[in-house]
Amino acid sequence: MIHFEHVSKVFKKTPVLDDVNLDISPGERIALVGSNGAGKTTLIRCLLGEYVSDGTITVDGLSAREERKRVLQRIGFVPQLPPPLKMPVSDVIRFAAGTCDADPARMEAASATLGLDIPSVARQPFVKLSGGQKQKLLIGIALGRNCDVLIMDEPAANLDPDSRRAFFRLLSGLSPETVMLISSHRLDEVASLVNRVVELDRGKVVLDDRVADAVDLTGVLECVIELNRAEPALATSLTEWGFVDEGDGCRWRGSVPGPDRLRFLAMMSRYAGILSGLSLKEVRDEKGEAAQ
Amino acid sequence: MTGLWMTAKLDLAESFRARWFLVYSLVFGGALVLLLLSGLAESRVMGFSGLSRILIIYVQLCMAILPVFILLTTVRSVAGDREAGVIEYLLALPVSLSGWYWGKLTGRFVVVFAPVFLAMAAAAVFAALRGYGVPWTAFALNAVLLVSLIWCFLGIGILISSLTHSSDIAQGAAFVVWLTLLLFIDVILLGIMIREQIPAELVIGVSLMNPLQAFRVASMTIFDPALMLMGPSSHIILDALGVIGVQAYGIIYPVVLGSISAMIGYRVFRRGDLI
Repeated sequence: MIHFEHVSKVFKKTPVLDDVNLDISPGERIALVGSNGAGKTTLIRCLLGEYVSDGTITVDGLSAREERKRVLQRIGFVPQLPPPLKMPVSDVIRFAAGTCDADPARMEAASATLGLDIPSVARQPFVKLSGGQKQKLLIGIALGRNCDVLIMDEPAANLDPDSRRAFFRLLSGLSPETVMLISSHRLDEVASLVNRVVELDRGKVVLDDRVADAVDLTGVLECVIELNRAEPALATSLTEWGFVDEGDGCRWRGSVPGPDRLRFLAMMSRYAGILSGLSLKEVRDEKGEAAQ
Repeated sequence: MTGLWMTAKLDLAESFRARWFLVYSLVFGGALVLLLLSGLAESRVMGFSGLSRILIIYVQLCMAILPVFILLTTVRSVAGDREAGVIEYLLALPVSLSGWYWGKLTGRFVVVFAPVFLAMAAAAVFAALRGYGVPWTAFALNAVLLVSLIWCFLGIGILISSLTHSSDIAQGAAFVVWLTLLLFIDVILLGIMIREQIPAELVIGVSLMNPLQAFRVASMTIFDPALMLMGPSSHIILDALGVIGVQAYGIIYPVVLGSISAMIGYRVFRRGDLI
């Protein structure tokens, strides 16, 4: 579906992408990982037709640059840094829906699912929203339209646990043929969302691997944590994850979205020294909602 | 067409909310109010009276303010959007490059022209209601000349934006362009060139290439067909082209120059990295 063929990009004699070759098939969910300056953003911008590059980039045979409008009609994009748009939220939605020939109400509904109440912020300038609100709106715009390629740059970085759960639920509602390209500098942030990992280093693909695709995006893990002693910093983190204290800060109960399990365990690993017990048990809810 | 219209609307909405637009509108509206307060019928200065006196001062004021204002705000808008990541997001939506580019230009044209024209129109209506004679032909000619001047500098501004990827460099370049054109109106370097007995053809050539000079001479012929108040190169241009020729040139040349600049800018924009 998406082909990168001998793609190279040079900025002021510095190669940023160096002969990148990638084939992406429908239904692939790819984590594009690498350190800062590895070339992830440049690769995405080339695919969005924003940079000219050597080599060929096509989406179903359409050139990403020469036929960018037709290509972009099929791509939903969530940038890492929200643009400082001064226009009101309602104008952002109207403009995006107008260019994509989409229903603004659908974008608003997707944003609402993530916890952003559009009527209450409709008149606010986009730039004045909090980081999380901006991210929810941009995700809502990308998911509230018909697209078969979803490009997201650190999409869930600013989302609270409830919003992340809703985000995973929205992703699970996409067609199984939808291609997802998720850029992140940390694999643990996105590992559970993907079935393929592509790592870039200094503009080259240094790893291209398939990963086990057993994680249900709507799955929920019930979790009980026991600690040797109460720890205020961990208590704050667990509260943010929606956990409830069941005894003097030493016993906590809550649920973790399935795709967030690695991220949760990475957070818990920082407190391994005071951990006396931890259990995770997958439960399924037909509505896809986790028991708290 | 949808992309062009939507981008133009977006730019208009952004500008109407911006503080600079309020200041800009107040400058032109305030200038006209001051001119009106200074007396419509009572004063007669160097043969000009009533609204014609106000219009001539207003048009000269526009020539002083508009070019530098348009250049700086246009390059700041486009290059600033590029630096801030606004273009990265908006151009990741399926809007055509031509729609975005010409829509941006259209939006900015309306934003710049509307306050200038509305202030002028309000003054004319006010004068008509007070029973003073309104030189409608001169009014219309001035309006067309302003359209031409604004389009010219918008074209140059967006060309500079396309050529540079940093708002600092773009602003510097815009300022240099404006300063150069300002120096080559007939009271400054052209006067010196004539005094130094440089061939008249060269002086006319340099003078005619300067859209500021073309506007200035054409707008003055509306009220002062013999250009009694103007500098030396203006007389040479008037002798060569005649009043109608000067006015036609003052309208057509800036429009052509602005359009060519904008088209070159579009080619550069379309071919290179968008952000």
